[in-house]
Amino acid sequence: MAAVDWLLDDSPSSRLQARIGRLYRLALAIARNPLAVAGAVIVGLLVLTAAFAPWIATQDPIVQSLGDRLKPPSAAHWMGTDELGRDIWSRVVFGSRITLTIVLLVALIAAPAGLVVGAVAAYAGGWTDRVLMGLTDVFLSMPKLILALAFVAALGPGIENAIIAIAITSWPGYARIARAEALVIRNSEFIAAVELQGASAWRVISTNILPLCVSSMIIRVTLDMAGIILTAAGLGFIGLGAQPPTPEWGAMISRGRSFILDQWWVATMPGFAIVLVSLGFCFLGDGLRDALDPKRTEGK
Amino acid sequence: MSDALLEVENLRVSFPSPRGERVEVVRGVSFRVGRERLGIVGESGSGKSITGRAILRLIRPPGRVTADRLAFRGRNLLDLSDTAMREVRGAGISMVMQDPKFSLNPVIRVGDQIAEALVTHERRPSREVRRRVIEMLQAVRIDDPERVARLYPHQLSGGMGQRVMIAMMLIARPDLLIADEPTSALDVSVQAQVLDIVDALVRDEGMGLIFISHDLDLVSSYCDRILVMHRGEIVEECAAGRLREARHPYTRGLLAAVPRLDDTREELPVLDRRAMGGT
Amino acid sequence: MTLDAPARGLEPASADRSGSAGRGAARLARSLAAVAASVFATFLGLLAITFFIGRVVPIDPVIAVVGDRAPKDVYEATRIALGLDRPLVEQFARYCLAVLSGDLGTSISTGNRVVDDLRHVFPATLEMATIGIVIGVGLGVPMGVWAAARQGSWIDQVIRVAGLLGYAVPAFWLGLVGLAVFYARLKWVGGPGRLDIAYDGLIEPVTGLLLVDSLLAGETEIFANALWHLALPCSVLGFFSLAYIARMTRSFLLDQLSQEFVVTARVKGVPEWKVVWKHAFRPILIPLVTVIGLSYAGLLEGSVMIETIFSWPGIGNYLTTALLNADMNAVLGATLVIGAVFIGINKLSDILYRVLDPRAA
Repeated sequence: MAAVDWLLDDSPSSRLQARIGRLYRLALAIARNPLAVAGAVIVGLLVLTAAFAPWIATQDPIVQSLGDRLKPPSAAHWMGTDELGRDIWSRVVFGSRITLTIVLLVALIAAPAGLVVGAVAAYAGGWTDRVLMGLTDVFLSMPKLILALAFVAALGPGIENAIIAIAITSWPGYARIARAEALVIRNSEFIAAVELQGASAWRVISTNILPLCVSSMIIRVTLDMAGIILTAAGLGFIGLGAQPPTPEWGAMISRGRSFILDQWWVATMPGFAIVLVSLGFCFLGDGLRDALDPKRTEGK
Repeated sequence: MSDALLEVENLRVSFPSPRGERVEVVRGVSFRVGRERLGIVGESGSGKSITGRAILRLIRPPGRVTADRLAFRGRNLLDLSDTAMREVRGAGISMVMQDPKFSLNPVIRVGDQIAEALVTHERRPSREVRRRVIEMLQAVRIDDPERVARLYPHQLSGGMGQRVMIAMMLIARPDLLIADEPTSALDVSVQAQVLDIVDALVRDEGMGLIFISHDLDLVSSYCDRILVMHRGEIVEECAAGRLREARHPYTRGLLAAVPRLDDTREELPVLDRRAMGGT
Repeated sequence: MTLDAPARGLEPASADRSGSAGRGAARLARSLAAVAASVFATFLGLLAITFFIGRVVPIDPVIAVVGDRAPKDVYEATRIALGLDRPLVEQFARYCLAVLSGDLGTSISTGNRVVDDLRHVFPATLEMATIGIVIGVGLGVPMGVWAAARQGSWIDQVIRVAGLLGYAVPAFWLGLVGLAVFYARLKWVGGPGRLDIAYDGLIEPVTGLLLVDSLLAGETEIFANALWHLALPCSVLGFFSLAYIARMTRSFLLDQLSQEFVVTARVKGVPEWKVVWKHAFRPILIPLVTVIGLSYAGLLEGSVMIETIFSWPGIGNYLTTALLNADMNAVLGATLVIGAVFIGINKLSDILYRVLDPRAA
């Protein structure tokens, strides 16, 4: 009980206590929200599956076995087999690696890019702000999927190009948030104090403004994950994303399309994986937002 | 005080805290109001506004309200069905709230909002409703009622907005009016005007008034009787004229902290909370 | 279709009580001018993006015209004829002028002018997306209101999860599963395509919208058949629109229900349904217009995936076919048109928002 009191102390006596207390409160808030817990579990499972794919999969995801083609789900093949006799369960398991890679890379490219653009725009103000935000608005008003399609068409099909195309279309959202957050922080007293001490603009941005934007960025990135997964799967489905024989979920649905009426499992199973993982990120993002940002109840 | 309009006995309001247990913000408050002017004073967080809202059963879950008795004209409000409670609201007890900037619907014309308060309780031909709205606007000393009725709330000044609010809350002729910090959001220059309007209307109609405020001076000049609330409890009850004789240390502290025109003190004293126990 | 786009700029403008009517009108004019400027900038940006994509394509545009075995002098002549030797800025200006005059080039796979192709396929998409949005609004708004009015109840949870599913389910997959279940198994709806093959080509296109054209021709049987084929793709689109609209309606309404004026309404004795549908709902009507606009635009975009599944001869199908054939003129033309419509609806709802809000005028 004493430990809990220390964690929940309204007036923490050290910065460490304040930080740990905040994390604890966050964990409590998430734990109280069943959907957020479900989301965290699903995302955790995705990471574990990706990490231990060779041990979880029952067969090699690439090797063909034409004698076993289009077998319905059974004890040997939990999700059945595809038109080349590959075990769909094993392919779905290995597909988690591709999905995780895509969302992580997109987040690692787009979020920092947006963060820097937004923070610089807010801090510099004036024309820099207007030009950067004008550009951001132009990108924001574009249909993301179509733009990504056009970019991949130009760059050529493939998973790397799909990642680049999705990243190009998703940074503006982050720039907007970062700017809004940074503006609030920028006008606060303590930034004025740091500036009075002679800190350079870049130093103020990188050590004071950027770290404070991070929590809203994490919420936003988590909420965007589902969209990124769907876009990536869509590119794969059209044939512009990951190329065969890679077990990418969207591409797998595309292969199963021809058999949807008789061998429903070929297209359906990878779809369930997409839905589950996307839903997991949605739940988690929603829970994080409610927990970190109680002021905004949007989508609560 | 045989003809009590409202009797409150052991009223308690609680909300769940982040740690899970329930925190009582109103802790066993009891009082009665007749056709008189009762002031409830206290600092912010003392539970005075929550008390006002609990009377109208406006506390929504997860907040919880209990009372041994919460009776309006002899009927226990806590036992009423939602439909019966709606009849009490507006026509029996109504409430003027703090800031017209937030308490008026931004997208409905002022006249329609006032009219709604009337037609909710009485079916009347629309021409008569209009006439009553205009009369009511005149009663709150608005010069150009026809024009004002057609405006949206954002087109009104704060003082005008609060007069509209008063008109809206009195049009259905309630027996009891709760005024919850009705002038705190207004400029000092219009505060007195608004209070005079309330005072005159309450007097003319012979209504009861519960005036909730943090301002001791204001309350003692507009009310007959005063309750002082502190940390969810009533710590002092006295006639307005005898406030100077208050005994509770909290009330004495509050009184001492009020600045005077003929003040000779170098510094205003601060409330000494240790004397009152608690925090 | 993103989670947050509409949240931007939709918070009801804080009431400004100093502005007189005249100053309000001036402010409205200024804000409309700002929208006009942003429309212009956005369209220019769209053109710049399609131009840029057209230039960085690995396929050499000259070879696309003359073939890769053309002699060097023919190649050079074509290069100059196409204006590819001019400075980039000039090329971009020419490109803009060409697009504005309706010249999007020729499609290498159909051999037609891209503009004509697009004009031909667009109505099919429009018809599908319009019915989709009608479903989305008709169900999404009441569901959102219902969920908000009973916040925390099981019905709220169900609607919340349904709303989140709209962000988690791939449209193309839902379409496929829908075909397998409702068309192949249950035979409740028509299959791929806009009509049964037997009816194909019987109707002379007037508007291009089959439901309208068949009624104009008095062919109720074809009308019924078209409706039967529209049912599934429109339901799928409608689901995504519903999910989004219900979610936004709920969150807007929750925001309003926590406002003081809602308490005022309750104090007056107004019944709860009226508190919700009149006092809390009216202020969100205007932001909802924007959300519906965004959703409609999103459906035009979402139709790309749906049309492939349902062999729907619309702009989405045209785009994906062109993508697979590396038919860049067609790809960029379709991108441009979808982008322009998307931006148009987007900005239109923005203007509507500013005009409708009594606080802005």
